[in-house]
Amino acid sequence: MTGPLRVAAALACGLLFGLGLSLSGMLDPARVRGFLDVTGAWDPSLAFVLAGALAVSSLGYALARRLVRPALDGRFHWPSRTRIDAPLILGAVLFGIGWGLSGFCPGPAIAALSTGAVPALVFVAAMLAGMAGHRLVAAGRDR
Amino acid sequence: MTPYWPSLAGGALIGLSAALLMLLNGRVAGISGLVAGLGRLGGRWAADLAFLIGLLLGAPLFAWLAGRWPEMRIEAGLPVLAVAGLLVGFGTRLGSGCTSGHGVCGLARLSPRSLVAVLVFMGTAMLTVAAGRLLP
Repeated sequence: MTGPLRVAAALACGLLFGLGLSLSGMLDPARVRGFLDVTGAWDPSLAFVLAGALAVSSLGYALARRLVRPALDGRFHWPSRTRIDAPLILGAVLFGIGWGLSGFCPGPAIAALSTGAVPALVFVAAMLAGMAGHRLVAAGRDR
Repeated sequence: MTPYWPSLAGGALIGLSAALLMLLNGRVAGISGLVAGLGRLGGRWAADLAFLIGLLLGAPLFAWLAGRWPEMRIEAGLPVLAVAGLLVGFGTRLGSGCTSGHGVCGLARLSPRSLVAVLVFMGTAMLTVAAGRLLP
């Protein structure tokens, strides 16, 4: 029975993720926009965050590749899509515009909710609406 | 010079979270995917929700350990944040991922698809900020 263990592991991983975001400075949209501001006073913080994250996640994933299955599940759920297509590019462009305007991407925005900041709440509510909108569009297309 | 070691150490914790979620649960730590997954009831619902609750508790845990809340300066006004939120929500679903899914996880497994997504959203975000500087 690994169900409850899986839930506990997910909770612990989420906590680590939120702690890492808080320590890294990524909850601060002004700092994130400072990284994106290549024509102004560029702040390289986010490059260090990504480098630190990739150093550890690459090792973990390399280890996972050598294992038959994860500790608490029957198999690894690796993403299966490999095509570089129009939805990938258009989606990344729309996300990039929203990220640049606000300095928020999904992880930091959700982590920021616990500070009780109203602007973060407004952003997350709109983000959920955007996700629901995509679901409606996708459902309409499939019909 | 701003000290960058908290950014590097914070990043390492994020990477550890992504590595453990794969090694324990066999799952990619993509935040936009986890959030969207809550909209469809499936077998992963409880674990996805638990991850997001943990994510929410990260900042209070940091405040407890560090004795201060993480810095947070939000420059954009509410209307801009609402538009940005819509774009981020729709865009991350259409493009199948965000900074965590394509960035931390996709790049770690050397996915060409994720590399393209990261270059496009980072480039677009940089152009957006640069364009904002030109406006009054």
